[in-house]
Amino acid sequence: MVLDSPVLEVRNLWASVGDAPILKGVNFRVMPGEVHAIMGPNGSGKSTLANVLAGHPLYQVTEGEVLFRGEDLLSMAPEDRARRGFFLSFQHPIEIAGVRLDQFMRASYNAVQKSRGQEELDALKFDRLVKSKSKLVELDPTLIRRSVNEGFSGGEKKRTEILQMSILEPTLAILDETDSGLDVDALRVVAEGINQLRTTDNAVVVITHYQRILEYIVPDVVNILSNGRFVKSGRRELAFEIEARGYDWLQETEDRVGVGP
Amino acid sequence: MQQQTAYETPYLEAFDAFQGGHASGDPAFIQAHRREAIERFGAQGFPTARRGNEAWKYTDVGPLARIPFQLPDPSRGALVKQGQLKTASFGSGEWPKLVFVDGTYSEELSNLPRSRNGVTICNLAEAMTRRPEVVEQHLGRLASQEENGFTALNAAFVHDGAFVHVSKDYAAEHPVLIINLSSGKHPDSVSHPRALIVAEEGAGATVVEMHASLKGSRYFTNAVTEVVVTPGATVRHYRVQRQSPHAYHIATIKAEVGRDATFDSAAVDMGASLARNNLGVTMAGEEGHAALNGLYLVGDAQHVDNEVVIDHAAPNTSSRELYKGILDGKSRSVFHGSIIVRKDAQKVNASQADKNLLLSEQAEADTKPAFWIYADDVKCGHGAANGQLDENALFYLQARGIDRASARTMLVRAFAREIVQLIDLAPLRDYVDRQVIKVIPQLQSGAA
Ligand SMILES: Nc1ncnc2c1ncn2[C@@H]1O[C@H](COP(=O)(O)OP(=O)(O)OP(=O)(O)O)[C@@H](O)[C@H]1O
Ligand SMILES: [Mg+2]
Repeated sequence: MVLDSPVLEVRNLWASVGDAPILKGVNFRVMPGEVHAIMGPNGSGKSTLANVLAGHPLYQVTEGEVLFRGEDLLSMAPEDRARRGFFLSFQHPIEIAGVRLDQFMRASYNAVQKSRGQEELDALKFDRLVKSKSKLVELDPTLIRRSVNEGFSGGEKKRTEILQMSILEPTLAILDETDSGLDVDALRVVAEGINQLRTTDNAVVVITHYQRILEYIVPDVVNILSNGRFVKSGRRELAFEIEARGYDWLQETEDRVGVGP
Repeated sequence: MQQQTAYETPYLEAFDAFQGGHASGDPAFIQAHRREAIERFGAQGFPTARRGNEAWKYTDVGPLARIPFQLPDPSRGALVKQGQLKTASFGSGEWPKLVFVDGTYSEELSNLPRSRNGVTICNLAEAMTRRPEVVEQHLGRLASQEENGFTALNAAFVHDGAFVHVSKDYAAEHPVLIINLSSGKHPDSVSHPRALIVAEEGAGATVVEMHASLKGSRYFTNAVTEVVVTPGATVRHYRVQRQSPHAYHIATIKAEVGRDATFDSAAVDMGASLARNNLGVTMAGEEGHAALNGLYLVGDAQHVDNEVVIDHAAPNTSSRELYKGILDGKSRSVFHGSIIVRKDAQKVNASQADKNLLLSEQAEADTKPAFWIYADDVKCGHGAANGQLDENALFYLQARGIDRASARTMLVRAFAREIVQLIDLAPLRDYVDRQVIKVIPQLQSGAA
């Protein structure tokens, strides 16, 4: 049997904002083709983990290491992470007044393409690409002429994130509560869009509070993050259990649970 | 009378040679106007005293005054080729263009359409003979009451200049470009660009005034522009200043807006080590409207000062001012906006805002609003905001593969866009946008 190397390997990751530690020893491994779900109470550090992996300057990594496709992720600038195939769909995509979404997306696409020695697209060709991809997430095509996320509805913001993901075709996509704020139909559309992007080489990490999205994007593993570390991992059924029982029952067993890969 | 200091001497000396020399053929009223002006300049001097001088409190013209700038030697005329105009020019080749090199009108570089009915575009020296009645009526009328010596100094050397006149109910077919170019061949030289723009009743004109340099040399530009917007007329007046980083740029723009008239202006400042714009607009007739917009991008130790005075002398007039600044390095900006509403000018609606984006810790932006309201039924609004680049926005762009420098450029450009979009002339919008993109990385390196 040929052993695949992991897409992502997080080892004993500690991170803080200012003096406050938020991640307290995260271990986590994602293999090609896998879908992981991360669940956990509010404030447990899910978005922090995603942001640290994406390279947000606000967070300081105090310990640990992260390998992305075998390379040291933490030493890379955020743009280099993106160029190597890392993608984060933000829980709260920021509004940027005055920067047109289509122009931003083209700059993003071309930066990534260029770094890979692949063809950059002019506005016309890029428009065509966007049009075909927009269908995937059923995004109103007039939105892309507006400023990035400015005045977008919650659902529109999430669709826009997935549109970008589909354009950039990342190796690893972390979707931070992409399902929150989506109505039932939108959830299905977005989930199907995500599924269409899956290959045997890339991987998806879905951060969510609800098992519903996992009905569409079926996870191989469900990991529970609590107070800055993973306290339990299981199969898809764990998501149902969480939704039925909440997280309290986990706290008691936290110390006894073997964590990580 | 103020005591005359040595700072003024070189200019007083140059005057006699100028008045008796190549400008001696000008009409008598111009010669008289100049004589009066040089006396006023001698009396007023440069506004170097800052204590108790509110208008010049934040801008030190001492460094400018200390350099004895000379009129360029006309015998060493600078040869500038058409191709060199490219960076200072934009739009269609059809557009009328008045080009001045180091303050001197260049017929070869200019492009004047054959005189059309209703529209006269020429240099001032020619206008003195072609339209003496207009020149005599308006030249110096709006810009003569100035408190400071710069306007007087300009008037003392008025000879060449730009002249745009649109007769009653005519609209100028194309925008008019006035290009003031410094060749860099006359170090430490001074020029006194002058423009007179008159739109008669119901007329329309768009004028773009460009101040640019071919080289990074040190010189002094002392410009005066007068804009007469008579009842029912519309004038768009846009200025772009991208002079050498060692240049001193003083500009006075005076406009009078009549009944039902519209004055739309935008000033873009990117160059000069010291730039000071005195914009004064009088709302002289009911239902007049003025939009005064400004954008400045400065770095290093650049200093830019916008003094904007809007005088609502008539009721039911409105004005909207929006200035935005981008500051890097140790640069400094001053926005000094005064709104005057006269006693009987009821139902005036005036708003003013100055917003700055500070790209470095050492940059400083000062906003000094002043209101002089003597009517009681008035709507006046004021806003000011200084901020930094949004780290979260930068990160968002980077997280999508865009490098930090490009991300920064995108955000700064977005900040400037609000002003760029207010320019009602698409080719100029594109030109300014391109210049903004070009200048941003230079500001950054200036800071490093
Ligand atoms: N920029 C920040 N400044 C201060 N505290 C922060 C910052 N970012 C995160 N935190 C704190 O870190 C903890 C983890 O936050 P995080 O956003 O990672 O939680 P989460 O698991 O994503 O929660 P949710 O389910 O509500 O999205 C919280 O206590 C939060 O207040
Ligand atoms: Mg979160």
